[in-house]
Amino acid sequence: MIKNKKIYLSAKGLTKVFGFGRTRTLAVDHVDLDLYEGEVISIVGESGSGKTTLAKLLLGLINPTEGEIYFEGKERDLSTNKKRVAYWKNIQAIFQDPFSSYNIFNKIDAVLLDCIRMRGDGRLPYSEKVEMMEKACSFVNLKFDEMTNKYPFELSGGQMQRLMIARIFLLNPKILLADEITSMIDACSRATILDMLLQLRDDIGMSVIFITHDIGLAYFVSDKVYIMDQGMFVESGTADEVILNPKEPYTQRLISDVPKIYEEWDLSTV
Amino acid sequence: MKHTLGQIFRSPKFLVGFVIFMAILLLVIIYPLFVTDNPLGIIGQGTFFEPGIYVNVYDSLRSPQYILNLDNAAINRIASRLGDQERQDMKEWLIEYGVPEDEIDIDDTESLMELWVNNYDSTIVVPGMTAAKRKYYVRLDASLEGILATEGFHISVRNEETGDLDEVGYVNQKDYVNVNQVANVRILPLGTDNFGRDMLTELVAAIGVSLKIGLVAGLIATMIGLSLGLLAGYIGGWLDDIIMFITNLFTVIPSFVLLILISYSIGQEQRGAITIAAVIGLTSWVWTTRAVRAQVISLRNRDHVNLSKLSGHSVLHIIVADILPYIASYVFMALILQISSGILAEAGLSILGLGPKTTEVPTLGLMMNWAMIYSAHIMGKWWAYFPVIVAIALVSFSLNLMNTGLDQVFNPALRD
Amino acid sequence: MSNYMLEVKELTTKYITRFKENVYAVDHVSLAVEEGKSLGIAGESGCGKSTLALSLMGYYFPPLHYTSGEIIINGKNISGMDPDSVRKLILGKEIAYIPQSAMNALNPTQKIIRFIEDVVHAHHPDASKEYILELATERFETLGLPPNVLEKYPVELSGGMKQRTVIATSVILGPKVLIADEPSSALDVTSQKKVIKMLRDMMDKGIIKSMIFITHELPLLYNVTDDIMVMYAGQIVEQASAKNAVFDPLHPYAYGLMGAIIVPEEGLRDVSLRAIPGVPPNLKDPPSGCRFAERCKFVQPECLVNSVLMRELGNNRAYRCIFTEEELREFYQNDKK
Repeated sequence: MIKNKKIYLSAKGLTKVFGFGRTRTLAVDHVDLDLYEGEVISIVGESGSGKTTLAKLLLGLINPTEGEIYFEGKERDLSTNKKRVAYWKNIQAIFQDPFSSYNIFNKIDAVLLDCIRMRGDGRLPYSEKVEMMEKACSFVNLKFDEMTNKYPFELSGGQMQRLMIARIFLLNPKILLADEITSMIDACSRATILDMLLQLRDDIGMSVIFITHDIGLAYFVSDKVYIMDQGMFVESGTADEVILNPKEPYTQRLISDVPKIYEEWDLSTV
Repeated sequence: MKHTLGQIFRSPKFLVGFVIFMAILLLVIIYPLFVTDNPLGIIGQGTFFEPGIYVNVYDSLRSPQYILNLDNAAINRIASRLGDQERQDMKEWLIEYGVPEDEIDIDDTESLMELWVNNYDSTIVVPGMTAAKRKYYVRLDASLEGILATEGFHISVRNEETGDLDEVGYVNQKDYVNVNQVANVRILPLGTDNFGRDMLTELVAAIGVSLKIGLVAGLIATMIGLSLGLLAGYIGGWLDDIIMFITNLFTVIPSFVLLILISYSIGQEQRGAITIAAVIGLTSWVWTTRAVRAQVISLRNRDHVNLSKLSGHSVLHIIVADILPYIASYVFMALILQISSGILAEAGLSILGLGPKTTEVPTLGLMMNWAMIYSAHIMGKWWAYFPVIVAIALVSFSLNLMNTGLDQVFNPALRD
Repeated sequence: MSNYMLEVKELTTKYITRFKENVYAVDHVSLAVEEGKSLGIAGESGCGKSTLALSLMGYYFPPLHYTSGEIIINGKNISGMDPDSVRKLILGKEIAYIPQSAMNALNPTQKIIRFIEDVVHAHHPDASKEYILELATERFETLGLPPNVLEKYPVELSGGMKQRTVIATSVILGPKVLIADEPSSALDVTSQKKVIKMLRDMMDKGIIKSMIFITHELPLLYNVTDDIMVMYAGQIVEQASAKNAVFDPLHPYAYGLMGAIIVPEEGLRDVSLRAIPGVPPNLKDPPSGCRFAERCKFVQPECLVNSVLMRELGNNRAYRCIFTEEELREFYQNDKK
């Protein structure tokens, strides 16, 4: 890692507790995290590890019980609506289920026009907006004139997820948080999606936080990998370090549980 | 939207309910256009006139008369005065008197009458017969007077000067009038109630009023429920706690008891139909609030809501654009149920005498109340209460059927 | 010729839509599974693999209808059999079927052992409870499941354990063939591994004689099945041994699929993923030529004209393309540069 790369996001001692008394759950337990410009990191964990809660904390959709988050060196402040909107110009998300990411009552154009509005280009003439939307759609291999006037349920899962990427293309954030974006898509479309995201990373210098349970995916796309279990990071390092030379037994078990094709996959250690 | 409407109108349950409800609604709207009488107008002097066609006797005497030779005219005449029960009683008396049973044929009117006339004597004391029964036979005998007579009636008018009766006409047993030519004929399909009001006109008006009350009560309850549910569900926190506290208060107190207490304390004079509707609405919003709140809580963590937040939309925008449309179908169904229960609540209140003022408009509940107070059910005057019950049942049934149909459209999992 | 446990010849089944259109989700599919062997079926969502699984059982319910072709299970021809006979004679006895959400078959208000009794009684109404308990205990132990699970309620078990329980129960009557449709997709990696191990054990220990495993995750197939069949738009486009299918794919679609595999193994970070653009054709109105032509990197004008037949290469290898092996391998060589 080059030292003079800007630090985008930094979390120290991030903790989130839900409920109290007997139902008290420690979802995120004193997590430290650093994200640099243009870096791709993965947070790998099984369901229940707290990774979704961590995602919501980083996005600012919920507030931490303890700990601080710094954006570009300054402590993050989301107390007013204006400050929140300003923060969200810099960090956006794509979620796991493409079907539930859309308001089923709105046409697809509405989603893209919304992004244009958030950029501050709401006053532009409609023809210019259409140009922007066409460019965004073609980036993700969709044809804008086929998309307009359609409702979300008329598209396939892969198309909807790609449209979410088009949304990111329009919003141009510094950080993208991708929460299990490939778990509901089959292996063929997966490659397409990842391709597009990495292309975006190259084009606009966007940093990406991948939240996933698929350690193969984490290995393929990330510079750094964080392994999460029961709210804590049990191991972290570069992708090669963590995946090819895991030190913690949890990490080792996680890797041995994934089917391999080049090496022998040992089923006896189950 | 269009597609949903198409689906709704193809659902058989919804269609049936809708047709029934529309039929009732049309009846309520169109009937008063043709029958312009005051529904609370008292037209019958006397209680509980049976359903039927009422022909003015004076006018029929003045109408053109036609002679018809009908075979069964005489039989019908006798049968209307001498029913099976009477024949049986006559046979019993004759047997007690001593006439051998095989000589008595109750179907042969002539011979029966002959036996009776020859043998009956009100002074004879038949052993083992009560005084009441003896008096009954006396009355029976009197009513048989002239049953076999073939003479007609003479119509006379009192002469003002002489004080005598001058004959102005004669009515033969074979004289008929055409009811269309009689000046005053009134059809009372459902007779009259205890006050003497035309039941059908009253009923139609009552349905209209009850529907109105139901609609107002339902709208008020749903509006309150929707607003409180949205706020409590989406904003949560202390607002949720306060709203839930109030809701729980209202839950613990049985709404019907509350309704009765408020109704009672308002006093008879203040209770108009709309006032009652408001009271019902203000006490029945609890269920809707809970239901809406539950739906909203499950919706507020959805991805599209989060994305809306990330797109910088305000709380109001999210509630209106991202939450409300998702619960719209549910709220609409809740509205229908609230209307139905509002109608029933009013009926319940009115039966207890705590409904709207009795002097302004009739309601279904009030009609039931009157029927009960004046013992229509005990006296067998079914037309005073049975049509009301059917009306309440049909309105309620059709609304609920529509609701079930809608439910099946919006929740494919419930389809049969 | 060894004994075929399951043989399918030119099977065609269709869905009849609400608008009375015919969608041929399974279009003249032929396959054969020998005793002691397992077959994997791979393809993207919508290619017809799940429909094929249902069709193989002979269990048709509207809107799914059998059109033509033969299905022979352990020598019995069940093509066109009515659903009731299928239920009595075939399901559970000759063939077992596990869908993706198999764990939902468990009644939450009953213990596991009751569920197993139900399954056994469907075919042997007079089996005693003691016998069933004995059978279940022995079977569970063989497959590495703790027998105390039998006395538990579904809510006390994890998702992975429930899935394995249902899978173990589905073969309790000793069916010859097991059809598993994405049995582990809904589970976390550790549970997935346990399910895979259990399936392998069932084959190795002879509890089932053959298996058909359907999934879109190729690394799984590679580790579980002997042969792999790739399906696209209702047709089989390639059939080969697992090793050949993954490391030497012939059909361009299979080539694309294998290029999209991501595994956490050394050297994989620098490989560029091969994405296949576009979407599968609409089966209501399939294209006249090769069905993959519009998305194929190596498409030629001839591809769009006639429908393409399978090329048999012997040794259980076949593919559906107009080009020869050598031509295709050359395409791929040049593509990788």
